Amino acid sequence: MIETDQLTRCYGHLTAVDALSIRVEPGQVLGLLGPNGAGKSTAMRMIAGFLVPTSGTARVCGHDVSREPLKAKRALGYLPEGAPSYGEMTVREFLHFIVRMRGLKAETSYRRFDAVVQQLQLEEVLEVCIDTLSKGLRRRVGLAQAILHDPPVLMLDEPTDGLDPNQKHAVRQLIDVMARDRTILISTHLLEEVHALCNRVVIIARGKLLADATPAELEARSRYHGAVSFSAPGSGMSQEMLGRLPQVASIEVDPLDGRITVFPKPGERILEAVETLLREQGLEVSEIQLERGRLDEVFRQITTSDDRAAEVRA
Amino acid sequence: MSPVNAVLRRELRSYFVTPVAYVFLVIFLVLSGILTFYAGDYYERGQADLQPFFAMHPWLYLILVPAITMRMWAEEAKGGTLELLLTLPLTLWQAMLGKFLAAWLFIGLALALTFPIWITVNYLGSPDNGIILAGYLGSWLMAGSFVAIGACLSALTRSQVVAFILTALVCVLLILIGQPQVLDFFSGALPRKLINAVAHLSMLRHFEAIARGVLDVRDLLYFLLSTLGWLLAGVLLLDLKRTR
Repeated sequence: MIETDQLTRCYGHLTAVDALSIRVEPGQVLGLLGPNGAGKSTAMRMIAGFLVPTSGTARVCGHDVSREPLKAKRALGYLPEGAPSYGEMTVREFLHFIVRMRGLKAETSYRRFDAVVQQLQLEEVLEVCIDTLSKGLRRRVGLAQAILHDPPVLMLDEPTDGLDPNQKHAVRQLIDVMARDRTILISTHLLEEVHALCNRVVIIARGKLLADATPAELEARSRYHGAVSFSAPGSGMSQEMLGRLPQVASIEVDPLDGRITVFPKPGERILEAVETLLREQGLEVSEIQLERGRLDEVFRQITTSDDRAAEVRA
Repeated sequence: MSPVNAVLRRELRSYFVTPVAYVFLVIFLVLSGILTFYAGDYYERGQADLQPFFAMHPWLYLILVPAITMRMWAEEAKGGTLELLLTLPLTLWQAMLGKFLAAWLFIGLALALTFPIWITVNYLGSPDNGIILAGYLGSWLMAGSFVAIGACLSALTRSQVVAFILTALVCVLLILIGQPQVLDFFSGALPRKLINAVAHLSMLRHFEAIARGVLDVRDLLYFLLSTLGWLLAGVLLLDLKRTR
């Protein structure tokens, strides 16, 4: 479990993390979402015990990171931003170093080493210097380092940054498998990742917590939530008819591909009504879609409510 | 295996993977040999001892120890591995100690590899091997203090060059501070007692005492305490950086 209470960090006059209180339970994958410079990494560094909070507390598995740093660090697997590792070492040497630092028993360490190397597909690069590895491989080495001691709590700062789509998929599967009985906190600015991985999202900007919800709840805040979109050539007439439906709030036409999106009034469901109308008009509809809501739009809406302040910080 | 040991082994390995170790060993061995025979008038003195050899060590350490220690923390801070290291379950003291011991043991190895000169002097005459042993001990202790200074100042900055220059500067101050010329320079401006106190801070004075074969507890304590003091300062610096 990860708990933070009023966690705050200032750099001079700048407040990088502002009274952040979050709680992640076992079985949860919490996505820490925010624009660049929002304070995601700073928050994680405090939870990992690298930075000392200006005020507030963070606990990992009940251990306060300031009072019982070693116990907290033992319970935590942490992938720092950019997945730093010792470049002059080979992958095998580096992982052995982590084994020794973590004080793993010989038997456990062999089993874990083999398991992790297999999970992250590092077999072929074990004897290669980390310096010469590609960005994606280095990230996987960093991940291997983080999960080597099979920690109950995992904190990953942008785990799939720099990976190709296949590698992203592999890492997400790995996190999915690990998520069952663990507490996982990942930071990301990739919205697709939130869909693929997280069962809870915390959005922060300028160090402040702005939203704490499930991905579905966030999508429901989008104005696209419940909207119906379709492509139908020559549907000029029916647009007017659609606008007259009592549940419909507005209609937009994409100027590029002519795709029509019909927005409902709040709390209304319009899919059936739209379908019925189109059928009555005898229109050829190639494809019709009920929108779940757009995370990117919600993200923008939440994080840019105070644009000018954000620009000053950037 | 304890974290100190793990850090120590990693550091030592990194010396030998990069050319640092070999460059250091070669330069140290060549220079200590050349300086002893040419600058130290090893033959002309006609004495079966290693005084000229040990007399060169402070000056060799002045250049070579900062070269070893400059990367100790600066490189980790710059490369981001500091975050990795300090989020592993070890205390700052353990990390500092592991790194210090690695560098100190490495210099011990360099010292041990100067054994041909010991064989030479034994072949040429019959020196007091006790004094030579004391010389080696004193030299190694002094190297320890230099390494501790370098470790502390490397924690101060992300730049290896800055760490090198600061370390060399502090070391040269500590070597020269007890020299008569320096003390005379200040004798007019400062009270006698202060001058005497400052003179006792001199590395050279304590090292020369040990190298003469006089194992005084005060000289040993000087090196022990200055080493621990600088390491402590380094740990405090690292801790301060986490809050800043």
